[in-house]
Amino acid sequence: MVGTAETLEQVQAVQDQKYKYGFITDIEMERAPRGLSEDTVRFISAKKGEPEWMLEWRLKAYRHWLTMEEPDWAKLGYPAIDYQDSYYYAAPKSKDDRPLSLDEVDPELIKTYEKLGIPLQEQKWLAGVAVDAVFDSVSVATTYKKKLEEKGIIFCSISEALRDHGDMVREYIGSVVPYSDNFFATLNSAVFTDGSFVYIPKGVRCPMELSTYFRINASETGQFERTLIIADEGSYVSYLEGCTAPQRDENQLHAAVVELVTLDDAEIKYSTVQNWYPGDENGKGGIYNFVTKRGACRGRNSKIAWTQVETGSAITWKYPSCILQGDNSVGEFYSVAITNNMQQADTGTKMIHIGKNTRSTIISKGISAGRANNTYRGLVKIMPKAENARNYTQCDSLLIGSKCGAHTVPYIEQRNPTAKIEHEATTAKISEDQLFYCKQRGLSEEDAVSIIVNGFCKEVMKELPMEFAVEAQKLIGISLEGSVG
Amino acid sequence: MSLIEIKNLHATVDGKPILKGIDLTIEPGTVHAIMGPNGSGKSTLSYVIAGREGYEVTDGDILLDGKSILEMEADERAIAGLFLAFQYPVEIPGVANTTFLKAAVNARRKAAGEPEVDAMQFLKMLREKTKLLGVTDEMLKRAVNVGFSGGEKKRNEILQMAVLEPRFAVLDETDSGLDIDALKIVADGVNALRSPERSMLVITHYQRLLDYIVPDKVHVLAMGRIVASGGKELAQELEATGYAGYGEPEAA
Ligand SMILES: Nc1ncnc2c1ncn2[C@@H]1O[C@H](COP(=O)(O)OP(=O)(O)O)[C@@H](O)[C@H]1O
Ligand SMILES: [Mg+2]
Repeated sequence: MVGTAETLEQVQAVQDQKYKYGFITDIEMERAPRGLSEDTVRFISAKKGEPEWMLEWRLKAYRHWLTMEEPDWAKLGYPAIDYQDSYYYAAPKSKDDRPLSLDEVDPELIKTYEKLGIPLQEQKWLAGVAVDAVFDSVSVATTYKKKLEEKGIIFCSISEALRDHGDMVREYIGSVVPYSDNFFATLNSAVFTDGSFVYIPKGVRCPMELSTYFRINASETGQFERTLIIADEGSYVSYLEGCTAPQRDENQLHAAVVELVTLDDAEIKYSTVQNWYPGDENGKGGIYNFVTKRGACRGRNSKIAWTQVETGSAITWKYPSCILQGDNSVGEFYSVAITNNMQQADTGTKMIHIGKNTRSTIISKGISAGRANNTYRGLVKIMPKAENARNYTQCDSLLIGSKCGAHTVPYIEQRNPTAKIEHEATTAKISEDQLFYCKQRGLSEEDAVSIIVNGFCKEVMKELPMEFAVEAQKLIGISLEGSVG
Repeated sequence: MSLIEIKNLHATVDGKPILKGIDLTIEPGTVHAIMGPNGSGKSTLSYVIAGREGYEVTDGDILLDGKSILEMEADERAIAGLFLAFQYPVEIPGVANTTFLKAAVNARRKAAGEPEVDAMQFLKMLREKTKLLGVTDEMLKRAVNVGFSGGEKKRNEILQMAVLEPRFAVLDETDSGLDIDALKIVADGVNALRSPERSMLVITHYQRLLDYIVPDKVHVLAMGRIVASGGKELAQELEATGYAGYGEPEAA
């Protein structure tokens, strides 16, 4: 398979460098004025030529945000973020309004994507992954659109969707994550710049993995993308999201919102490999990743599965969740979160059981090394009408070295006596026996750690699509480099 | 030149002296056996040869092809051709046996500047080696040593040895916990790997194994020293007299 071979090549490149995505692309940028105000919000909306209702919604969010306090309940420590000292919009300056075909995309940008290992040219995509690439704030080019259009699938940037499918966006945006949801989601609602929009029509099985790569390039710029995926009755889609950012000394804010909706008998599989720049060994620089991801299983027998491999970011604050509204609907959460050096992650999920016979599975693997802190925070909530709801939760932590921490914070709210909830948790260390055994077979210490950790994460890794799994495996090795000895 | 030369080897574990002056020379193509009561230092010797952390050499030397290996890390020694079949093979959850073996083979290839093995070729090679040892495909798919019976673990160790083709292998009580049929399978596997270039050090508490893997030389280790050496008949003598004559009561 061409796609897999390409991934292997990328992976080869990944091995050669600690953080190979740490380059900066030199292109002329157009930015909004520094800081955040109603004018910033209007500027962004105007730049995108949005309909009036969208601007009104953004402003409502902005005004609400002003009344909110940044949450401090997570087990995270970081200096206060100055929201006025950042740029909220940065776009590559182009002569025309936006490129109509790949030939018109700035060659520097194409080079960046090549460095990232995203082959943008369609001919390279024989393996059939459609990519929507978001560079700082705007979606640059969406490949494979034609082929998808034939099936009636819409896969485009959210700005385009606002133009061409405004009614649909209006119906669904904010319907899973309301503009008032939480501090970071509300901020996103006010200033979101771009992201992907997907609609899969009734009965259609999307013939390829859809994929978005997010990249923060400009300095002092926050990235606020918004993704909305709607799977109509009986449809299926697998969606992949990858993220990188250049190596910079300052901390950059990333506050995304992802909303998923499945109608009757529909299924969305959403996979993320998050490799934002984590900062250096001493905790200087790195991305602050505050993300709200939520899916609503609105229809009967519908299913949403989140799979995430989180290796990057200085701070990760992220709880991909499922609202299991439809009877017999299924929510799944598979997570690997790796923290090394000074990284901090507070991540987990919420499974809200509303419909009858709803089922959820949570498998969380937390790995801490260096002086890092890793917290699993999960909520399983069974509402009164959720007859026979089932949840199975398994939280395993692996510690490498003695200066790191792992914490498990499971909340359970059980309001229907017929529900069954199971929770298992373990904490282990990589044993000296295992390391010696691997080394005696010829593996270097780093390869030994990598293979042991990959084994520990296996139940999650096997949920990833093939092309992603290979890359994720290598990433796990890289992010733990220097963690032993 | 001798393949392995151990000279006046003294080693401590957690500051406690365990090996107290061991001399042992092993020629290419020969099989030496070390016998001794429990706690005499047999496993310690195997770990010191393999370069395990925490096992400190305080005096003496270990030479491979006439060159000291004491400064080498465990993985470097492995790649140089040293193999240890563990007395207690270690479990690695979630890592398939084949994945593990392939990683070990690739580590050697990388060191030799060769490309990684082709997955299909590797499987083919593996199948040939598994037949002899009665290792099933199902065992290859299972996680390394997880849920293996005692016999399966030992067969798996010998399979790894067969795949990695070391020049010098230390087999630490590969017979312990095996019934006679399993013992025969393991011994056949080991005998098939005997060759003019390969030497082995077979550690055992019981003489029984040496009926199947017939050694060129037998040494008795007691209290951290080699107290007697001889041909294979020494093993039979020990069978009759026990270790009591070697200054060490039979420890549990
Ligand atoms: N980690 C350790 N710390 C302290 N003493 C040890 C350790 N491992 C082994 N020993 C001691 O070293 C001696 C030799 O042990 P070992 O080499 O396992 O003997 P054998 O393999 O011959 O039974 C024993 O007295 C044992 O108690
Ligand atoms: Mg022993």
